[in-house]
Amino acid sequence: MRLSKLPVVLLAIGISLCSKFVIAQTFDDIGNHYANLAEAVFTDSLTLAKVLDEDIEAFLETPSEWSLETAKKSWIEARKVYGISEVFRFSHPVVDDWEPQVNAWPLDEGLIDYVDGDSYYYELGNPVGKANIVANSSLSFGSSELDLEDLTPDLLASLNEIGGTEANVATGWHAIEFLLWGQDLNGTGPGAGQRSHTDFLIGDECTNNNCDRRREYLDAASNLLITDLEFIVAEWSEGENNYRSIFDTMPGEERIRRILYGIGSLALGELAGERMKVALFANSPEDEHDCFSDSTHNTLYANASGILMALNGEYQSVSGEQLSGPSLLGWAEENTSNSMALEQSASAVSERLTAIVLAAENGEAFDQMIAPGNKPGADRINKAIDSLVDYTREIELLAAEMELGTLSPDNAGHDF
Amino acid sequence: MADPRFPGGETTTSVQGANAFSQPAANLSFEDRLNFSVGNSFFRNPWVSAPATTEARDGLGPIFNTNSCQGCHIKDGRGHPPNDDQPLSVSTLIRISIPETTEKTAKPHQGVINEPTYGDQIQGFAVPGVPAEMRTHWEWEPHILEGSNGKTYELRKPKISFDQFGYGELHPETRFSPRVAPAMIGLGLLEAIPESDIRAQADPDDRDNNGISGRANEVWDARQKKLTLGRYGWKAGKPNVEQQSAAAFFGDMGLSSSIHPGSPCQPAQTQCRNAPNGGAPEVSDEILSVVTFYSKHLAPPSRPNALQPEIVDGESLFHQVGCAECHTPSWKTGEIANPSLANQAIYPYTDLLLHDMGEGLADHRQEFSATGTEWRTAPLWGLGDYIDVNGHTELLHDGRARDAFEAILWHGGEATNSRDKVLALSDSEQTLLVQFLNSL
Repeated sequence: MRLSKLPVVLLAIGISLCSKFVIAQTFDDIGNHYANLAEAVFTDSLTLAKVLDEDIEAFLETPSEWSLETAKKSWIEARKVYGISEVFRFSHPVVDDWEPQVNAWPLDEGLIDYVDGDSYYYELGNPVGKANIVANSSLSFGSSELDLEDLTPDLLASLNEIGGTEANVATGWHAIEFLLWGQDLNGTGPGAGQRSHTDFLIGDECTNNNCDRRREYLDAASNLLITDLEFIVAEWSEGENNYRSIFDTMPGEERIRRILYGIGSLALGELAGERMKVALFANSPEDEHDCFSDSTHNTLYANASGILMALNGEYQSVSGEQLSGPSLLGWAEENTSNSMALEQSASAVSERLTAIVLAAENGEAFDQMIAPGNKPGADRINKAIDSLVDYTREIELLAAEMELGTLSPDNAGHDF
Repeated sequence: MADPRFPGGETTTSVQGANAFSQPAANLSFEDRLNFSVGNSFFRNPWVSAPATTEARDGLGPIFNTNSCQGCHIKDGRGHPPNDDQPLSVSTLIRISIPETTEKTAKPHQGVINEPTYGDQIQGFAVPGVPAEMRTHWEWEPHILEGSNGKTYELRKPKISFDQFGYGELHPETRFSPRVAPAMIGLGLLEAIPESDIRAQADPDDRDNNGISGRANEVWDARQKKLTLGRYGWKAGKPNVEQQSAAAFFGDMGLSSSIHPGSPCQPAQTQCRNAPNGGAPEVSDEILSVVTFYSKHLAPPSRPNALQPEIVDGESLFHQVGCAECHTPSWKTGEIANPSLANQAIYPYTDLLLHDMGEGLADHRQEFSATGTEWRTAPLWGLGDYIDVNGHTELLHDGRARDAFEAILWHGGEATNSRDKVLALSDSEQTLLVQFLNSL
């Protein structure tokens, strides 16, 4: 399927939410609609990953500057939806346990392919931080010898966290990103990774050696991403014996708790913390989330879209279908006197993240915003962080109004 | 409410498996999670040598053991000694010093007398242009224990040798103490146990005549500039999480902070002293504070099976043979300002005190008031999770014990009596005891 137009995520929350819902929204109603959203977002994410996979196949069929560019664009578009789905990550073990193979980051990319010797830093305790799977058909790892002859999806998956080091990421979005873009050697200056399509040419024209294995690697990583996304769509599909069926039968309170916990964890721990504050604090492109492609701003925006979607229940799918239904915000409007503050804090998140995207689209990528001495860049990021802190505070107030007690999901020792 | 299924009280995480040690305290507010995740990043990502574009994270070295906290505290869990798969394991380091003599006594703030050339620790790596201190080689040699039950046990102990000296010979009297990086869980809770409660359990002169002393290590508090109770490290040489973290930044990664200004290079290490640094300090107070925050709020995992009958039976044996005399099962944290860590009923299984563990484990290296045969009672929480988190069960300060039972067998000194009682148990009772330990 070729998509001409990608989904417009509704960040214009202040406008779309002023209508009052007429029917009373119970916790169960909100939980049911939320699960529909999860199914829709993961389904879209799969759809766009398939487009990426087709474009990668076309690129490998006929490597050219143009076909590489097409694949890179598809990667960026697919990430814009995947980033929304991260709001489902933290409170559902089925997602959280699945996520590392799909989206682990940061990574020691020297495990995967060649790197620039001078600017590559990896974890010293990592025995395979420079193993270069593309260049080697076997990997000696202490006394053991791993056969890397056939770069299958299963083999790559088995290399994740090899040697107990989290930075060993062999699969997922960021492994594919590195293979498409290469290292970004521009530091906090303008420009993304500059890998040439000739790294994938067969025969004498191959640059940087081992093009055949690099091609095999990219193909396998892309196939694995599809399989993984198919798995998570199946877990959220209605009417199956899956995680969705477990979630749907949880008490309403527990479902709301998970929704709120997912919002708060993504908003503060991950988005404001790991993905913005750390990078700014360290002035370090190494801490930039989508560092090879310089499209970090898209993921930040998509994450924000996800936490707002989980509040207002609104999502427009890639096919253009508009999903809306009972939501936390609807409940707040019916049952509390301060839903305006919640809406305002949501609008602020939307505005502040939009400002980051606009700046990036005007040529100041996220890795330039975090450069030492870039005060306007730092201000822009700090304001976004502050807005997420305010928003999460409102979410915690809402949780108090909903009388949920602690927001940690009650797994009761079960692994679901 | 005290419940052994929740060893960290309300901070306990329900997450099990490979990520069981990497979870924030379950009762942490979202706002605090922001600091936790910022600290996590600085704990996890590698530091680089100066000068570099990442100003906040440069200054590694000039000499160091590793370049990230996570490099040793693997997945926030335990390190391991070198092995066939990883002969150059960085997660175990070697402390050094020379003995006190009548002429030379450690100053109050030092705790040991430095080896004159290499200081108090061997750093096996260096930035380009600077010699590393030396290479370390580990071999294991068998150690036979003739059990009081008539059985013979073959244990192992490390034989460590050195070559490629970067700065000349070691002092002939040098004492060596290998140290495996310990797990990171529950550290803030241990800090929150009231000092008076810990001291109340000390029995330096064995007044109760049970063969077990329990001494507080009196260590230097670099902020308060005075001696205070030691709680962290294999010999309880550091008073709190902040100073332990700052010491690890300094000694293990060569990163200065307001607590440890300067460089890890010794006076005789000229090339080391002339290398560029990453600013003063290299670890800002702000970064030290988020890493400390992170380190204090890693949650102990839950013990879903703590109340199963066979586990309870194993725990009875644990008490019966006297393990609990030092591995104090539970404590209540104090009324401190930190809302997540205050007033928690916790189950760390340690008294945080020093005990004479006998000749077999002795490193003959004093550290503040800890003697060459004394070690701090290691906390046992998370013991059963090491296999999932770190893929091994190598225990004790140098990883010599290959499982919990071998660790028991190495207990000598004050613990000899308890060890012999374990040996006198029937096979099935020993199995129950080990099952209990692995449920922690």
